[in-house]
Amino acid sequence: MADDKETGAQPADALGAAVAPPKANEFKRVVRVFFGRKLYVIGFVIVVILILTAIFAPFIATHDPYSTNLSEKLEQPSSRHWLGTDSTGRDTFSRIIYGSQISLLIGFSAVSASAIVGLLMGLAAAYFGGWVFAIIMRFTDALMALPGIILVLLIAGLAGGGIPVVIFALGFGGIAGQCRMMCGLALSVKQNDYVLAGRAMGMSSWRMMLTQIFPNAFPPLMVGITMGIGGVVLGEAGLSFLGIGVMPPTPSWGGMVNNGQRYLLHNPWLSIAPGVAIMLLVFGFNMVGDGIRDAVDPKLRGVI
Amino acid sequence: MTAYIIRRLIIGVIILLLVTMVVFLFVRLLPGDPLLVYMAGFDIQRQTSISQENYEALLHIWGLDEPIPLQYVKWLGKLFQGDLGKSITLQEDIGTLIAQRMPRTAYIGLITFVLGTVGGVAAGIVCALRRGTWMDNTITTIANIGMTVPVFWFGILLMYLFAYKLGWLPTSGWTNPLDDFWMSCKQLIMPIASVILGGIAGMARLTRSCMLEVMRADYVRTAWAKGLRERVIVVRHQIKNAMIPVVTALGGALGAILGGSVFIETVFAIPGMGLLMTNAVFDQDYQVVQAGVLLFGGIIIFSNLLVDILWGWLDPRIRLA
Repeated sequence: MADDKETGAQPADALGAAVAPPKANEFKRVVRVFFGRKLYVIGFVIVVILILTAIFAPFIATHDPYSTNLSEKLEQPSSRHWLGTDSTGRDTFSRIIYGSQISLLIGFSAVSASAIVGLLMGLAAAYFGGWVFAIIMRFTDALMALPGIILVLLIAGLAGGGIPVVIFALGFGGIAGQCRMMCGLALSVKQNDYVLAGRAMGMSSWRMMLTQIFPNAFPPLMVGITMGIGGVVLGEAGLSFLGIGVMPPTPSWGGMVNNGQRYLLHNPWLSIAPGVAIMLLVFGFNMVGDGIRDAVDPKLRGVI
Repeated sequence: MTAYIIRRLIIGVIILLLVTMVVFLFVRLLPGDPLLVYMAGFDIQRQTSISQENYEALLHIWGLDEPIPLQYVKWLGKLFQGDLGKSITLQEDIGTLIAQRMPRTAYIGLITFVLGTVGGVAAGIVCALRRGTWMDNTITTIANIGMTVPVFWFGILLMYLFAYKLGWLPTSGWTNPLDDFWMSCKQLIMPIASVILGGIAGMARLTRSCMLEVMRADYVRTAWAKGLRERVIVVRHQIKNAMIPVVTALGGALGAILGGSVFIETVFAIPGMGLLMTNAVFDQDYQVVQAGVLLFGGIIIFSNLLVDILWGWLDPRIRLA
């Protein structure tokens, strides 16, 4: 951000300075810190590979993930079926490849949804204070008092499963956390002089929140969103494992682990392989989140 | 101190009431009808179908035809008298069901909680004190991976290795530890191991970062400058201060364990609260879902309250903030 002196001397520039993207050298610094540690680079590579896998799934998969073939059911891994086949003869490898689409779709949509709602609630709580703050905080308290999976299980189970329901349930489950984080960030940003300057210029509350407070609380928020994806993907896998998430025959990693459990003795890959895929995805996003946090938040740099 | 405790208690009760409202609204407003599920089962057994009239009679018996706010008030009133209602699917008193199942979940949960917290904190402290050594690197890497492992998948993996391949442990099931302690221990090793992994990993990461933060604090530098012995500095200054965020996170850890019970009880066929809840959600059994969520929420709110009061007592900065 601009020096305090400059901002004070030229109040007209305060707005421009706050909205302007980070300077080029700041961006370079973030990139340098991020790619400075092996673990983060590994996480980043995993995430890129998984996204590419999801996009180019039809070219990577060796079989149609939906086509059943009872004459080839429960086959062991071979050159034709790299990870074997399930109880209806569907190719496990191809289903895992297509499963990445479902996991990423649900991960990104649920986190974005909870981030947007949580963000607006958090901003409102921090900015208005008073009873708005009290109501929003008690609401998040109540949501956070329930174990995450129980809340999600309740919503998805009663609403009957399916991809949109899973996104809604996991998105709703994430609101409280995002709201808390945004509120904390906004409260600290609110203390800055440029917010006072904006108010002196007579900016409206919402304009102030969106143009002054939000951009300055954005980088840490990115960390929260990246870290959130891992949690959501685990939640989706859990729901699908219990049979109230993504509905068959859509390939979902959690559902595949569940289907394979019955054939564990002779076909362990049916359950184990999709679990490895879940772990890779969650590990990748967690590491990228850690890396972004280290790079953008100077307070935490070198600590973790 | 008394004022602080009273304030915390009031907030706790308000949150618990909000939880009941949120849960009640969810259960009623989401699509799904416990009576339809119940009747479908009934039809298959008796080979007859239930008419519209009977359906409305059932609605009336279960009080589901009344307006939602009235249902809520009635439910809350009964709750205060200790009556949790009756399960529609199982046709049993929910108080009895919980009394049967909660001790099992609590037994497993308590062991997991104690072992996980002690193990995680110890691992985190060791990592922080031996920062940068092979031990730190190994534990940190395992913790990073441990946080990504799905509970149910790890349970299945353990089952494959130790029950199917090596044959050391029974695949699944529940034995009362008072009847056959040895069998009960053997059956619980895998379920506890699968939930505890994520807990230890999270706790170790948190402890490590808190310790590293405290190590750079001014009062630690002062302690070194005063020439205190290392043991005193580590135990009295570093660990004591680093534990504040760790203890605050215990409520979350308890939530993760209760949430994990849903998975391990499904994988290892343990008839506890987690399995009861999962089945109740499948059967749309309103009353059981409400009671279960309320119980879990109550446990977490109560333990957070306990942590708050404990810290208010130990650390005046928290009480007066």
